[in-house]
Amino acid sequence: MPALPREEVAHLARLARIDMPDAELDHLAEQLTAIVDAVASVTGAVARAEAESGQPVPATSHPVPLRNVTRPDVVVRTLTAADALAAAPESEDDKFRVPRILGEDA
Amino acid sequence: MTSHSAAELVRLDASAMAGALRAGEVSSVELTQAHLDRIAEVDGPVESGVHAFLHVDAEGALARARELDAARSRGEELHELAGVPVAVKDVMVTRGMPSTAGSRMLEGWVPPYDATVVEQMRAAGLVTLGKTNMDEFAMGSSTEHSAFGPTRNPWAADRIPGGSGGGSAAALAAFEAPLATGTDTGGSIRQPAAVTGTVGVKPTYGGVSRYGLIALASSLDQGGPCARTVLDTALLHEVMGGHDPRDSTSLTDPVPAVVAAAREGARGDLTGVRVGVVREMGRAGHDEGYQAGVLARFEEALDHLRAAGAEVVEVGCPNVEHALGAYYLILPSEASSNLARYDGMRYGLRVVPADVDPAEVTAEQVMAATRAEGFGPEAKRRIILGTYALSSGYYDAYYGSAQKIRTLVQRDFDAAFEQVDVLVSPTAPTTAFRLGEKLDDPLAMYRGDVATIPANLAGIPGMSLPVGLAPEDGLPVGLQLLAPAREDARLYRVGAALEARLHAQWGGKLLDRVPDWTAASTTGAPA
Repeated sequence: MPALPREEVAHLARLARIDMPDAELDHLAEQLTAIVDAVASVTGAVARAEAESGQPVPATSHPVPLRNVTRPDVVVRTLTAADALAAAPESEDDKFRVPRILGEDA
Repeated sequence: MTSHSAAELVRLDASAMAGALRAGEVSSVELTQAHLDRIAEVDGPVESGVHAFLHVDAEGALARARELDAARSRGEELHELAGVPVAVKDVMVTRGMPSTAGSRMLEGWVPPYDATVVEQMRAAGLVTLGKTNMDEFAMGSSTEHSAFGPTRNPWAADRIPGGSGGGSAAALAAFEAPLATGTDTGGSIRQPAAVTGTVGVKPTYGGVSRYGLIALASSLDQGGPCARTVLDTALLHEVMGGHDPRDSTSLTDPVPAVVAAAREGARGDLTGVRVGVVREMGRAGHDEGYQAGVLARFEEALDHLRAAGAEVVEVGCPNVEHALGAYYLILPSEASSNLARYDGMRYGLRVVPADVDPAEVTAEQVMAATRAEGFGPEAKRRIILGTYALSSGYYDAYYGSAQKIRTLVQRDFDAAFEQVDVLVSPTAPTTAFRLGEKLDDPLAMYRGDVATIPANLAGIPGMSLPVGLAPEDGLPVGLQLLAPAREDARLYRVGAALEARLHAQWGGKLLDRVPDWTAASTTGAPA
């Protein structure tokens, strides 16, 4: 039975870049364990289907076949810099201004 | 100029409003004002009103209505729906009008462009009243996960209006708008339609452009129309549908002739149509969690289909029983990737953590603080679940297996559609549940999507339409129709035939019986 220990949820929250206080981690670990328990049945269902048919089941990532789409290389109207920056938390010289991206130990 | 009272006007079907506009019996300004007045009457306050709208653009709507009235008086050729108001789900971006997707993350964001569907509706002369409430980033089945407070069900103020598109469905049922838009990733158009006694269609995947629809799970998301009748839904579908070069997954087919199909169906004759009842969606032995009154109304609807000349048989789609599990692995995986864009850098919320020197703070600290504050509990649950499902060591077992289930569900539908023209099931296993009832039990909330999810996995079109009130609680029940990919017209033909027979039986529409909002809001328990 899969279970998500609190430490693993804390690790996933760090990967997902979400600060999470301890109380929230405990509650979420409990809920996620129940959810993963319920959805994990897909693994067994696929194994049974493959055993019954003797064939591997191909994966489907998308309901319709995907192909890359390109457009002619012509100049079209795009957003102005002012429009693109209008909702920016901070901007400077027609650019997004962001906090420093390297930490102390980088 | 008007020969209708404002109270009568807002209760007309969209097609009747369009007819009154063409006949000069009413102006678009009068029609728009009647809806704005209705919104003012029932939508607020947030604590006790219907709260279908997050933003109402009275000034913009009236200005657009004046333009359309002027164009009509000049004799310009206008679209059939020109001058009719529409409510737009807040997941669709609107240039110059706030678009939040129900999230604090985007509170106050005013997009610099329009979604393709918004452009299409503007070109057709539909008048945008405002933006409708929804679960945050379309994650939820109750609209309780909106960061701005829940929407209430016009049938009973203590009940959920469904979700994620509860705002659009409630706006229709409360006569605040005759047409509305939705997006359906696992049932977010169909389930709200079912629990509010309205009609909603999830088109074939790729049938309506996703450009400008704030993404949840890109392989499942599909925009579509919501209305009070099958014909009105078809009229909006034809406005929203069609190829869009800006969406790489957009179908190149012409828009299906759904209006003609609805008109044909309304004659009530389904001779030669084969209808398959999906065994695994509520039939004996597969009815755990299905409410008795829902099953009773569904059974009566099957009798109507038979009486209309359809051949009704039971068909098996055994893998739909695994669809819920597959969906709640695929959706969080795609969502965790799509929602990575909310990082506090380019638009939306930015939170600088209080305990760090602002001069020293790093982008990563800002991201983590922004996402902690900007996302609600359901968004966080799904992002973390998706991050888990995609992490090394679990990828094959979870995400990989879920994708294989997707294949098996598609094969089941392919085989079923060899035998029948359309499939039917109850849209949702129960009527509207009470606000707060499932808020902290995500798994119970997810189980309500059991009948709607398979269509999204397979990319096939689906409709929900009202088939009556459940005797035990007097709340609306929806029937779901499914058709093969690109055969959206079948939904409208069969849906309109069933609707015509039910209207004849009821002596009107189900929504004729929706209680007056003031009465409903006082009988409901406080939410």
